[in-house]
Amino acid sequence: MSDALQLKGVDRRFGDRQVLTDVTFDVGAGRMTGFVGANGAGKTTTMRIILGVLAADAGTVTWHGAPLTKDDRRRIGYMPEERGLYPKMSVREQLIYLGRLHGLSPERVRRNVTDLLDRLGLGARADDQLQQLSLGNQQRAQIAAALVHDPMLLVLDEPFSGLDPLAVDVVVAVLRERTAAGVPVLFSSHQLDVVERLCDELVIIGAGRIRATGTRTELRASFAQPRYELHVDGDAGWLRDQPGVTLLDLDGDRAVFDLAEGADDQLVLREALSRGPVRSFGPVVPSLAEIFREVTQ
Amino acid sequence: MNLLDAVRLVAARELKVKLRDKTFLFSTLFFLLLAAALTILPAVLSGGPSTVAVAQSSPYEGRLRDSGLKVKVAEDPERLVRDGDADAAVVDKGARPEVLAMKSAPDDVVRALSAAPEVRLLNPDAVDAFAMYLVPFLFALVFFFTSLTFGLQIAQSVTEEKQTRMAEILVAAVPVRALLIGKVAAGGILALAQVALIAVASVAGAQFTDDAGNLLPLLAPAMSWFVPFFVLGFIMLASLWAAVGALVNRVEDVNTASMPVQLAVMLPFFLVMFLNSNPVTMRVLSYVPLSAPTAMPVRLFSGDAAGWEPFVALALLALATAGALLVGARIYEGSLLRTNGRTSWATAWRDRELRGV
Repeated sequence: MSDALQLKGVDRRFGDRQVLTDVTFDVGAGRMTGFVGANGAGKTTTMRIILGVLAADAGTVTWHGAPLTKDDRRRIGYMPEERGLYPKMSVREQLIYLGRLHGLSPERVRRNVTDLLDRLGLGARADDQLQQLSLGNQQRAQIAAALVHDPMLLVLDEPFSGLDPLAVDVVVAVLRERTAAGVPVLFSSHQLDVVERLCDELVIIGAGRIRATGTRTELRASFAQPRYELHVDGDAGWLRDQPGVTLLDLDGDRAVFDLAEGADDQLVLREALSRGPVRSFGPVVPSLAEIFREVTQ
Repeated sequence: MNLLDAVRLVAARELKVKLRDKTFLFSTLFFLLLAAALTILPAVLSGGPSTVAVAQSSPYEGRLRDSGLKVKVAEDPERLVRDGDADAAVVDKGARPEVLAMKSAPDDVVRALSAAPEVRLLNPDAVDAFAMYLVPFLFALVFFFTSLTFGLQIAQSVTEEKQTRMAEILVAAVPVRALLIGKVAAGGILALAQVALIAVASVAGAQFTDDAGNLLPLLAPAMSWFVPFFVLGFIMLASLWAAVGALVNRVEDVNTASMPVQLAVMLPFFLVMFLNSNPVTMRVLSYVPLSAPTAMPVRLFSGDAAGWEPFVALALLALATAGALLVGARIYEGSLLRTNGRTSWATAWRDRELRGV
């Protein structure tokens, strides 16, 4: 079974505010799963419940079919949204501390820390205090903190915010290594373009409810409307009178239109060809941002 | 990994950070020097026995020497006093001694020449008035000072973890209790080590004074009782300090939020300081957990407490400490992940937002 982590019917309220309602989704082994939602949609709460620092009022969190145990949870790599490491401790020292707290032997921790810091380009700064590093380097140290104990699952809250494009690439490469080894990664992000580029699967949450899940293509397909874009040489105004066509946007030789159910797009294309050269014709695929806007409204 | 391993790791980090902290090292050094100085200085300043000048073949020379005074024989003893070479001179005035001194006659010279009346002590073991004043002051001061400074540091270290969000990573890895106990243990070890160092410095310094030989045996039982009272009392307050630290989001706010705990440290201190001559009040104070760590050793020192009393007081203190640990842990769990504004004690107590992992 490829669904390593499963959430089923998770509810949580704070006082009389219902924060999560029936949250259900899977994170597959070796998959990068993007967790997308507006501020306050419940992303952090969901992540905290997976980590077990917060209890769910109802529902289950399972790992390969069995409830997550305390020992399982110690093997999760977590990166909180607001960054947290000790400002006055050296990078190496606090990574060793965290690795030890997660139950690793001193030797293995030392080896992991050296490898990771080299991999993330922090090797030369390993013995500097965290507060002496640039913000971007502090971010890299934070990623290292989530990875130091060879986690079996990664839960990353906004791992890419504050990273420059180069650093994003470095971090993505490191994360890809983990997914290639079968580790599932759940990460949240506001940067929809980054999510679109990186993730294999998507989970969209809005107001505490899961609005959509699936791979990028699945989501696009399910949210694709029968919408087309046509680019011809002459004026495209004739589309207005074409049966089954609802013109959405007309700009001289370019037009975007919806087709009524059952209407044949090929008929429209033939009609266009009979009127002159066609430069392009095709369905309009919704961007993630559009899907997101649609499902969370 | 079990709870103990986690506690040990947390405590080890706290110790490492603290032992590298220059402020902590300097303050320890300062207290050491102060303690040594306070015990050595009186002996140095009193300057030992007085120097007394006498004329050649003075009939008093023998008696003065026998009293351990430094005797200088000169032709003109008065000159020596005027020149500052002697503290006093003893001359013969009609077969009776006369002491010459510049402003006041040294007591030891006067004593050497007077006939002491017979003295019979009815309670030779009773503590002298000065020690009776000093010892409660010292016990109260040591406990007050360490539980205040180390307590504040524990609170700040908790808040720092909350402020930097380190807490979130930590609670995902280890039980919240491990964090709390580790911090309290590290603080306790450092506090005890600092007090022990100061005690050693004072005792070493006291070897220079004559009184030490008399005072130390009297102090010993009170001191050995002070240690368990100190340890339990410290843990009780430290867990409350840790809870206070978890309530606020910024280190700057620790001071205001910790007012109740500060009062719990200060009130007993002042009560013991000012009411230690009132046996009834002291008896009550020696059983109240907050003041027991200082009041009971003081009563033991003055000999007012019966043999069974410290055991009862210690048992009460142990109960209160267990209670404080439970309360502290619950408040800590209830507020560590609340980052929107300051959490009230009641909210933290009621809503254990954190799962008791």
